[in-house]
Amino acid sequence: MKAGPSRTNRPDNTAFTQQRLPAWQPILSAGIVIPGFTLIGLAFIGVGVALFVTSQKITDLEIDYTGVAATSPCFKCTSFAAENCMCQMEFTLTTLFEGPVFFYYGLTSYYQNFRTYGVSKDGYQLSGDTYYFNNPQDSCAPYQYDSNNNPIVPCGSIANSMFSDTFQLYQVVNGMKKQVPLDGKGIAWWTDYNIKYSNPALVNGSFANAFSGTVKPVNWSKPVYELDPTDQANNGFLNQNFLVWMRQAALPKFQKLYGRIAEGDYAQGLPAGNYTLLINYSYPVISFGGTKKVVLSNVSWMGGKNQFLGIAYLVIGSLCIVMAMVMLIIYAKYKFTDDDEDM
Amino acid sequence: MSWITPIPTARCHGADEPTRTVVSNLPYEDQRPRNQPNRRYAGNAVKTNKYTLWSFLPINLCEQFRRLANIYFVGIAALNFIPEVNAFQPQVALIPICVILTLTAIKDAWEDFRRYQSDRELNGTPCLVYSRSQHGFVERRWKDIQVGDFVQVLANDIIPADILLLHASDPNGVCHMETANLDGETNLKQRRVVSSFCAVKSPFDPLSFNATVICEKPNNNLNHFKGFLEKDQIKIGFGIESLLLRGCTVRNTAAASGIVVYAGHDTKSMLNNNRPRYKRSRVESKMNKEVLCCVFLLFCMCLIGAVGDVPIYFIPDSDGNETPSVVAGVYRFLTMIILLQVIIPISLYLSIELVKMGQVFFITQDIDLYDKEKDMRMQCRALNITEDLGQIQYVFSDKTGTLTENKMVFRRCTIMGTEYPHTENGESGKWNGVELAWKPSVSARRHTGMLWCIKHGLLLSHSLEVIPDQNLLWSVKEVERRGVAGHWGLQGATHLEFFLALAICNTVVVSTETAQRQRVRDPVQSTLYDIPTSSSSVVSEDEVQGTPCKGHTRRRQTWTASSLAGPKEVHYEAQSPDEAALVHAAKAYGFTLLERTPSHVSVRLPSGTTLTYEVLDVLTFDSVRSRMSIIVRHPHTKEIILYTKGADSGIMERLQNSFEDRSQMKSESRVIANKTQKHLDMYANDGLRTLCFTRKVVSEKNYYDWLVLRQGAMAAIDRKDELVRKTAADMETNLTLLGATGIEDRLQENVPETIQALREAGIQVCVLTGDKLETAVNIAYSCKLLDQQDLVFTFNTENTVQIQLSFPQLLHSVHGCRGIHCNPVFSSTCPATAQALVGLVIDGRTLGLLLDSDLQEGFVQLCTHCRAILCCRTTPLQKSRVVTLLRSKLGVMTLAIGDGANDVNMIQAADVGVGISGQEGMQAVMASDFAISRFKHLKKLLLVHGHWCYNRLANMIIYFFYKNVAYVNLLFWYQFFCGFSGTAMIDYWFMIFFNLFFTSAPPIMFGIMDREVSAAVLLQLPELYRRGQHEGGYRRSTFWIAIADAFYQSLVCFFVPYWTYKGSDIDIFTLGTPMNTASLFTIIFHLAIEIKSWTVVHWVIMVGSVVVYFVVTLAFCAMCVSCNPPSDPYWTMQEQMSDPMFYLVCILTTVVALLPRLRFPLADRYISQFLSKPSEMSCLPRLGELVALVSLGETYFQNTFVFRRFKLLTK
Repeated sequence: MKAGPSRTNRPDNTAFTQQRLPAWQPILSAGIVIPGFTLIGLAFIGVGVALFVTSQKITDLEIDYTGVAATSPCFKCTSFAAENCMCQMEFTLTTLFEGPVFFYYGLTSYYQNFRTYGVSKDGYQLSGDTYYFNNPQDSCAPYQYDSNNNPIVPCGSIANSMFSDTFQLYQVVNGMKKQVPLDGKGIAWWTDYNIKYSNPALVNGSFANAFSGTVKPVNWSKPVYELDPTDQANNGFLNQNFLVWMRQAALPKFQKLYGRIAEGDYAQGLPAGNYTLLINYSYPVISFGGTKKVVLSNVSWMGGKNQFLGIAYLVIGSLCIVMAMVMLIIYAKYKFTDDDEDM
Repeated sequence: MSWITPIPTARCHGADEPTRTVVSNLPYEDQRPRNQPNRRYAGNAVKTNKYTLWSFLPINLCEQFRRLANIYFVGIAALNFIPEVNAFQPQVALIPICVILTLTAIKDAWEDFRRYQSDRELNGTPCLVYSRSQHGFVERRWKDIQVGDFVQVLANDIIPADILLLHASDPNGVCHMETANLDGETNLKQRRVVSSFCAVKSPFDPLSFNATVICEKPNNNLNHFKGFLEKDQIKIGFGIESLLLRGCTVRNTAAASGIVVYAGHDTKSMLNNNRPRYKRSRVESKMNKEVLCCVFLLFCMCLIGAVGDVPIYFIPDSDGNETPSVVAGVYRFLTMIILLQVIIPISLYLSIELVKMGQVFFITQDIDLYDKEKDMRMQCRALNITEDLGQIQYVFSDKTGTLTENKMVFRRCTIMGTEYPHTENGESGKWNGVELAWKPSVSARRHTGMLWCIKHGLLLSHSLEVIPDQNLLWSVKEVERRGVAGHWGLQGATHLEFFLALAICNTVVVSTETAQRQRVRDPVQSTLYDIPTSSSSVVSEDEVQGTPCKGHTRRRQTWTASSLAGPKEVHYEAQSPDEAALVHAAKAYGFTLLERTPSHVSVRLPSGTTLTYEVLDVLTFDSVRSRMSIIVRHPHTKEIILYTKGADSGIMERLQNSFEDRSQMKSESRVIANKTQKHLDMYANDGLRTLCFTRKVVSEKNYYDWLVLRQGAMAAIDRKDELVRKTAADMETNLTLLGATGIEDRLQENVPETIQALREAGIQVCVLTGDKLETAVNIAYSCKLLDQQDLVFTFNTENTVQIQLSFPQLLHSVHGCRGIHCNPVFSSTCPATAQALVGLVIDGRTLGLLLDSDLQEGFVQLCTHCRAILCCRTTPLQKSRVVTLLRSKLGVMTLAIGDGANDVNMIQAADVGVGISGQEGMQAVMASDFAISRFKHLKKLLLVHGHWCYNRLANMIIYFFYKNVAYVNLLFWYQFFCGFSGTAMIDYWFMIFFNLFFTSAPPIMFGIMDREVSAAVLLQLPELYRRGQHEGGYRRSTFWIAIADAFYQSLVCFFVPYWTYKGSDIDIFTLGTPMNTASLFTIIFHLAIEIKSWTVVHWVIMVGSVVVYFVVTLAFCAMCVSCNPPSDPYWTMQEQMSDPMFYLVCILTTVVALLPRLRFPLADRYISQFLSKPSEMSCLPRLGELVALVSLGETYFQNTFVFRRFKLLTK
């Protein structure tokens, strides 16, 4: 024999190569499964109860103002002829609507998630790149240039179809209308406001000049730099309502935040009483069978009102408990006959 | 021997002539290439790489696009560039196909580069080529060699091209060649200088060579070559024995020179250089049907998308016009295809390849399949049929060398009708068999002649152990004492002639100490073996064989010293172990084969005198004649003697039937023949291999008459083999029987156990052998293939009608009462009990009828009802036809296992071919898909690795389908809420990552490493193998259950988040995040439920996948403000992960999605407990063991058990 370590073909005798690695084989025996199911069931029921209770505590109020019915105050605005139509919806709160109250507008049958709609925007333009002001991307078509071949800013379907109704909420106190302040600041995502979207630099000290050579979207009544006449900072691409609109809703029935009621007399919420909602009605939805509504809601740690999750947890938790019971019965029944040989 | 007058042959010249004409290049050395006579033939430079630097991209892409899957993928990506239908950003959609193409291209490029490197190295190897200008051999490179050049190869050098040997340094014109590189055979092959050049003066002068070489066109037959030299209208034939093959190594010869006839790619070794076999496994072809199911599914889903229409506002197409609804529908259909393409698991093919690579790695790593003695691992030569090993239903096995050791031991002999039982010999043989287990390992890489002896150390020691039968030894001595060497009286001489025949009539090559193969590069060995005296030689052998046989060796040493009385130990190199055994037997009686050259053979007689016979011709063995002969001239009497040995069937009919006038001789010879036949039958019954030996004196005239015919046959190009065989048969007539030998071929270890286990696993074992019926049956009983209680039908007739008539009866008896009737046609053993099973024994002649005629159907039917099938005296072709017949008629998965060249056909015909690297070279291994070294390894290979591989792969494939459907359906459900517009609520990058990083590693690991049942249990309970045979792991129903489960899970993963966030202000990607996450958890935990045993690797990969998901998603969401505009998942993950609802949704979704999966195994458990009541246990054999194992915690058994239970109940 050769002295020393001879090179052979002998495979390594390691646990890995010989497939002998120590292995854990999960065995779902009754002793594990029944307590396991019970525990999961109990935990789920606990979570379910918490969710359900929380959800119950949340109050929300929906006011449909589409105006399909002739009796609706907004019916008059549904005809195409109506320009700058204002309508007024009234509602009464019997108890305090606890704050902070969130003011949403909601749309149904509205496919903001439609693919060709969703891609119809120009991210570079919206990030303030002035090159794209004059040369909007093709994805914006047909809202890329207007009929005079002027570039549209902001271009694309999403921007063009921006929700244009405006709302004012009044509390009727002693017959007098007292305006409830709707705080429209900070309703958009922080990252949208601070990182993704930005306005172009001022030109000659003027914000409007930065947009010179461009036209407003076809459906808009005023250019993007004049969206909010009350607050100069809330204009351009950083307009909060614009940002909220630009974040496309995932489902055809959605609501979007319009403002918060958290100031002054209404910091604790809306007190009981009569309220008037003044709507500047301009956004057409009837043509595609959609509806419009306003939603007032307070929120908890779990967001808005949602019964589903709590109920689902309760159901699944109960199911687990039931299954554990059934198994326990089977186990008890067959334990003494079969487990003698089995165990 | 000499130039002979030419036989006029019509030769046509032209491009398509059937021969190649080669003349010397030397006269044209200085001329321009276009004047070179051999310019049309390929040069010696080889190029095996497919690509060059420039052609790589186009050619490689072309090859990749031959795969349908890639075209599909590219088509989808191209579709994305059409604005009307695109679902994703076109550039990004190209990523998956680019990744796959690039990975494959890198793999191909690397392989090709390796080939290029090895080519370059080979082409640059130096060699010696004759140069006219320098009047000698000068060093050139391999690539410079042209056909027609004269090349000299020195000892231990590799032969650069196929060279016609014209000169060798050996005075006899012999050159030895080691062909290990070519066919793996380690014994030396003898090559002879073309006969007319045999005696020419040394040194060789190529300038004087002026003949034309005419030979056949290049072909890949390594054992066949023919042609002739033509000079001045005289032709001289040559054959394969004069051709040096490229890639082989010259040994034992200082220098060999010749003219190059084939170069480069035309050489036999290059033509034999096949790429790895590609076989399609059964699971894979079944899987392809499932892929079609997926296509159908995709089509349905896309159709729903196409007709689903929702009135959409504010979204005209880019021209501002409305698209007509039909066209819009077509667009939507195409968009949906793009969106849902992943449902067809393209990555599955890549993953399967990876999984099989892993499986092959583990199989080859198995230490139980490692053979210490030969230092050989299990080899997987076909990489893609590992799972077929788990579905085998029929095993076709060779006998010799597969079931048996193929290590031959001389056992008994009969001479002139007298039997010499060699009783002592038998005992020593048994004793030696025990010793076998002690043998230490010897490296098989050392392909030297010595090694042959060491590897066959058992044989050597055995043969030396042949203890002469005292009676026989005495009579041999007596006869020899009576006469001077070679002048014995005819009467008593048969004993001597018998042993002379044993020693001479073979092709064994002798290598003595001095004639050892030198190995310059291996000094250790040369010092070890070049020890001059016999005693040290034996000691050195002793070292090799290890210490346990010290005492035994010493005994041998003394015996050697006294009996041989020679200074040198001789070593025999035989191509067949039978011959080696015979030569060693002769040696034991003092007839020592001393030397063999093509021209003479020397034998030392017991008295010490040496006889040197002139060898006139050797009629080599072929399977048609089943015998070989040697024609020698006796040194003293100058008689021409023909010694023939062969199987009794080939000999007995050729014995002389008349001694002319001496009638008593006639009767005597008949008596001897009858007695010998009786002895032969007895040997065969004992399971011995028999050979008959004959002798014949040929008159000078007869010989020379015959020689003319013979040489004519040798020079023939057309039908050469047939002519040669015919001339050989002409000579082998009127033989005088000398005697016969019985050689034992011991059963390999654990063969009965292995066969037993295979049978319990539901595998039919058939043995196909070329041996005699009696020998085969005997072996079959001893290896438990047949049981004493079996009803054995023996077919041994050539009468078609007889068989035809008996078939229905036979089938009936097999079907019905298990054959109580004994049919007169068949010799059948009546069963002891009605429970006995049926064995079928078929002789080769009958088998021919069964295969050819319309009896096929009945034969196949009979086979299905037999427990064992044994076919004897089969030809290689018949073997493969049996395999093909059963495979095609029954549609069963077949495995053929064999060790010799005669098994190659069968191995190739079967679904899975297994080669045993045995004593008979490597042809079987070369043709096989898997190569093992012992038959017993088959047990673990099939029962453990086959079972594992099949289950792993089946589970992996099912899981893959499930995974893709489950994930893609998420997108599909979303289409109902986005107007069937093809919006994805998950960013496209995440979808790519999901398949690429997050969920790819776990199933691959699952496919490589999962272990449902431990190896020990699988070996203990071969019944578990049946699951794979009936495709228990991979059935259509399993597939559809998995798909249904995928639909359910995707519904849950979509609708739980949907209902949670319905009506809220959630945006697209924020809704997609919990869906994606829940889906990932579901898919990962689903696999976790499937995994039966968790090792460290499992934990790392499973936990790692989840961690990678969160890390990558968070990183991507944090860094990409607008990575692929207009899609923007920026900060969505962070937003979601800061919301407690996200976790609640994910937990709920995962639990609900997996509840059915969790419940099923539990239900199984209770059902199985319910079913395993003691009262029903009697129906199932070994149920008790099953139950015992269940208690050990093998949950798997319950599934198997339930499966079997249900089968039983439904029957």
